[in-house]
Amino acid sequence: MRFMVIIKASKESEEGAPPDPQLLLEMGKFNEELIKAGVVLAMDGLHPSSKGARVKFSGKSRTVVDGPFTETKELIAGFWLWQVKSLEEAIEWIKRSPFSTHAGDCEVEIRQLFEMEDFAPVLSEDQIQHKVEARSELVGQATK
Amino acid sequence: MSAPDPHHATHQATHRTIEAVWRIESARVIAGLTRLTRDVGLAEDLAQEALVAALEQWPKSGIPDNPAAWLTATAKRRAIDLFRRNAVAQRKHQELARELEALEQTEPNLDPALDNPIGDDLLRLVFIACHPILPTESRTALTLRLLGGLTTDEIARAFLTPEPTIAQRIVRAKRTLAAKHIPFEVPRGPQLAARLSSVLEVIYLIFNEGYSATSGDDLMRPTLCEDALRLGRILAELTPNEPEVHGLVALMEIQASRTRARVTPTGEPVLLFDQNRAQWDQLLIHRGLTAIERALKINTIRGPYLLQAEIAACHARARNPSETDWPRIVLLYTELAQLIPSPVIELNRAVAVSMAHGPEAGLKLVDALAPSLPRYHLLPSVRGDLLMKMGRFPEAHEEIQRAIAMTKNLREQELLAGRLKQIEKAARSA
Repeated sequence: MRFMVIIKASKESEEGAPPDPQLLLEMGKFNEELIKAGVVLAMDGLHPSSKGARVKFSGKSRTVVDGPFTETKELIAGFWLWQVKSLEEAIEWIKRSPFSTHAGDCEVEIRQLFEMEDFAPVLSEDQIQHKVEARSELVGQATK
Repeated sequence: MSAPDPHHATHQATHRTIEAVWRIESARVIAGLTRLTRDVGLAEDLAQEALVAALEQWPKSGIPDNPAAWLTATAKRRAIDLFRRNAVAQRKHQELARELEALEQTEPNLDPALDNPIGDDLLRLVFIACHPILPTESRTALTLRLLGGLTTDEIARAFLTPEPTIAQRIVRAKRTLAAKHIPFEVPRGPQLAARLSSVLEVIYLIFNEGYSATSGDDLMRPTLCEDALRLGRILAELTPNEPEVHGLVALMEIQASRTRARVTPTGEPVLLFDQNRAQWDQLLIHRGLTAIERALKINTIRGPYLLQAEIAACHARARNPSETDWPRIVLLYTELAQLIPSPVIELNRAVAVSMAHGPEAGLKLVDALAPSLPRYHLLPSVRGDLLMKMGRFPEAHEEIQRAIAMTKNLREQELLAGRLKQIEKAARSA
């Protein structure tokens, strides 16, 4: 299953301040570790919200609001897209990130992406058992 | 109704966390232990014992800061105990126990994260799990177990095989590796190519097993694709200079990009040219194309996986079927057929030729193949399609009927029956 790991903005990231070089170095190592484990599908960092805009829709009206936006904690500074086995695995990975030893206050949000299985019917244990039996019969025939 | 027990809930959460830790760490822990004990079966048993200890202790004590180091240290202590018990009988083990203890003291913090030798151990583990001395089905089970961190039950469900069968395969495989004294090493020189191709074969088998899963299957099956991709991506980082590894990763990424489009919501397969290309996963296509570039940077000579990946890439790049670069696909199939002489590849090449140069050119090739594929239903199926395109409807009808009689697969039969109707309709309006 895939998760979007969302790094929330901070006062510093919104000010466009260059990140702490030590954090940057450690983040590089962490990313390397994630890539070596085959976990990362995509990742990127975002410019401060001062370089972005919001488009609000209401009925037929469209209003464009230019950044920056004030509610820093609701903003996003970067993201990863990870493929892992469970939410717990994503949590275990993020615990190893340099955020835990660096960066003052910081929040990361982990959200699951929809997968095809989310729309597929799930078989009952009986049906699965039936498939297993049917399969072993087939294998038996093939070796005869 | 009684209130849910909060302790029980915490306990469950800790268990799920331990499972996650296991998934992340087990391969590296087992790899490190195999180097120390020189016995992959024993290493796995010790790692499993450490896991059991974690399941007992962590819910009470909390999860340690460095769970991997905890698991390794616990497993090592068990190894030392075990060797001590056998020490009287076997002096060699006594030495090993001392060696282990010394290591224990020199490596108090075993953070294996970015340690190069650990990467080497992991690669050794890949090679031993995929050793050609083992039957293919044992290699796949052992690889998923040792490197994918899957339980025997999960492997059994994914392969629609009873659990005792999988358990037996794994036990037998471990015994064979021990009995034949298979060394824990990365093969060098001329051996490397053959051993690597065995590894790639195992990963691609796992992928295809997942890819062939249909809607409504046990959910463990489709996740095999993810397991295979993850193994492939790990291998690509362990052996960054092997073009065929990137080729296999590219092939799997591009095939996986079509997952959403290749079956209808009710589970019927959708042929490549009928798929809604807007549903293809562009991120995976991009990853696949990047992997192809990586491979070509190392070497411009293409192996079979890279060639198949490049064929898949030709389709992936075309926004609609009419944009497909068929002349390039013909060239790639020609190269592939030279590497792997196979009538099935020749048949695919014939289809590509018909798309690039017209159905007559394709039919000539298909007819030449007929004697070598007497029972392959896709041959009359392809022949029928080409004849239909040429307006030879009665012959086309006959060929498709032959194809229907040759396949036992109900879904194939349905697809072919649909083709018969198309031919009948075309014949009427001709």
